[in-house]
Amino acid sequence: MAYRLLLLGPLLASVLVLFVGPIGLFIYRAVDNAIIPRSLQRTVAALQPWDGMGLPPDAAFAALAADLQEIEPTRAAFLGRRLNAALPGFRSLVVKTANKLTSSDPAPARDLLVGIDRKWSEPAWWEVLKLESGRLTPFYLLASVDLVRKVDGSIEPVAPEQAIYRSTLWRTVVISLQVTLLCILLGYPTAMVLAHASPRLSGMLMLAVLLPFWASLLVRTTAWLMILQGNGPVNGLLQWLQFIQAPLEMVFNRFGLLTTMVHVQLPFMILPLFAVMRSIPREHYRAALSLGARPWYAFWKVWLPQTLPGVAAGSLICFIMSTGYYITPTLIGGPGDQMLSSLIAWQLNEVGNWGMASALSLILLLATLALCALLGRVMRTRNLFGV
Amino acid sequence: MEERLWRILGWIVCGLVLAFLLLPLLVIVPMSFTSGNLLVFPLPGLSLRWYEEVLASPAWRDAAWNSLFIGVFATILALLVGVPAAIALAGPAFAGKRLVVALVLSPMIVPIVITAVAMFFFFVEVGLVGTYPGIILAHAVLGMPFVVITVTATLSTFDWNLMRAAASLGALPLMAFRRVMLPIIAPGVASGALFAFATSFDEIVVALFLGAPDQRTLPRQIFSGVREYVSPAIAAVATLLVLLAVLLLLTTEWLRHRARKLQAAPPQA
Repeated sequence: MAYRLLLLGPLLASVLVLFVGPIGLFIYRAVDNAIIPRSLQRTVAALQPWDGMGLPPDAAFAALAADLQEIEPTRAAFLGRRLNAALPGFRSLVVKTANKLTSSDPAPARDLLVGIDRKWSEPAWWEVLKLESGRLTPFYLLASVDLVRKVDGSIEPVAPEQAIYRSTLWRTVVISLQVTLLCILLGYPTAMVLAHASPRLSGMLMLAVLLPFWASLLVRTTAWLMILQGNGPVNGLLQWLQFIQAPLEMVFNRFGLLTTMVHVQLPFMILPLFAVMRSIPREHYRAALSLGARPWYAFWKVWLPQTLPGVAAGSLICFIMSTGYYITPTLIGGPGDQMLSSLIAWQLNEVGNWGMASALSLILLLATLALCALLGRVMRTRNLFGV
Repeated sequence: MEERLWRILGWIVCGLVLAFLLLPLLVIVPMSFTSGNLLVFPLPGLSLRWYEEVLASPAWRDAAWNSLFIGVFATILALLVGVPAAIALAGPAFAGKRLVVALVLSPMIVPIVITAVAMFFFFVEVGLVGTYPGIILAHAVLGMPFVVITVTATLSTFDWNLMRAAASLGALPLMAFRRVMLPIIAPGVASGALFAFATSFDEIVVALFLGAPDQRTLPRQIFSGVREYVSPAIAAVATLLVLLAVLLLLTTEWLRHRARKLQAAPPQA
């Protein structure tokens, strides 16, 4: 036992510290809301009794003025960014108010705040403060499926112009399905022919399937970019053959993206199909023929059902991998072909909304893990590790 | 007759699909020998100028050097943690084995953007962002599952009596591993190492998130080049990388045959 721990220890430690732990911490950002109760302690307490109707009581204004007067500028910026995610305009409101508040002003807090910015006399800003006062928030998770929680606790769809996430989720599913279907369509007959060829021949042809495996993803994407572009060889050939007059648009759109993705994913479909088909005794199909079945009928009733585990495994692998694509859509897709991963990176790099990036990652992660569990059942990884 | 027709149709489809898989990798080869400034087809003429440019360019040379350096060290780390784990996993079953297997495979499964972003946030805290050790550690984690899988597969036919024999002759476990087990599983370890190296060598997303300009790897250099415009220099680099892929493929195939041979006739100790 101690011996086994010694062997497994380094690997488990490195995976936990460098991989599982960081992912857990990152995903926690999807619900983490500590910044608000920590920076606005008094305000959160003063808003507790408020029922969310109209404007909050004077005590809440006084508490907010006290909280914002003491807040450090960097913290104000972080708080502003957090609140801005819930209601655009909050960042400047917080920073401006925190800058202008001075401890010597004797005026009532309500007049003071409204004097700095009229927004403090509008209930919307206070509703957000009350709603987002907990240590944890469902805000990002709801937002990632275009939902929002109102001050009375009800959950509603966001305004149509803000609803940008569900369409990307849907697009990710559609693109992944398109890739998977195309891979089945192209991969099934190919694997079938290879499985029936002599071992020598199929071994040689299999090299053609395996080579793209070893070529860098970036090289393959770049290659398609070069081949499909306006003055690339495909357009050149089609024009030379007089099939078309002007070059076709084949990159920076769905066609280019699907072509490249299918090219990358096809080996992942062919290999499991080939493995399953190789293990099917040929006698089954021949027996069906000798019993009088037409080839098509024998294929449909005898051959196809036995290959379904391979189809399921290949499709799941294709679909799972497709949902995580990032580089290829960035380089060869158009604006309408960006997938979930691009949205995550965009939230992080351009918007700076870490909670949103994390919530979107959680969706992708959960979908991936669920499909992998299914794949584990189909493929029986136990064969390899004996568990 | 009907059967024959289907067979011919099958071969046609198979041929087209294999062509689809191979052609893009072959088409870029002639494109890289263009004498023009743009990647237009048909080629205006043939020349080696883009290869000269790539080989003379400090940016490309640094990128290649970085990729090699990071890849080699990531592979060594992946082997150091992966091979012992594979030995434990290939041995008798134990409680919690499923969980361990799931953990081992997880870096292969989790979408790369999530891995990269999560590591970025963690590495910021510990000061590893924009450093070589940061990228090397990240790539080692990504390559480790491949090492475990290939070595476990090789060990599945390993005769554990050999280890008992070695022990009974007085060899300590480390000695028995080095002199008895390692020579037999060497092809599996070598192909695991190649997989881990290729993983690091191809990897871009983690490199984009964790790397500073200093750690610009080949994929990053290609990526930023492609985003500006696809110059024939990139075709030249891509051609060299396809050549490397062919080399890696042939090496792993050779290793697979060797492993089969070694297992068919285990050396008489």
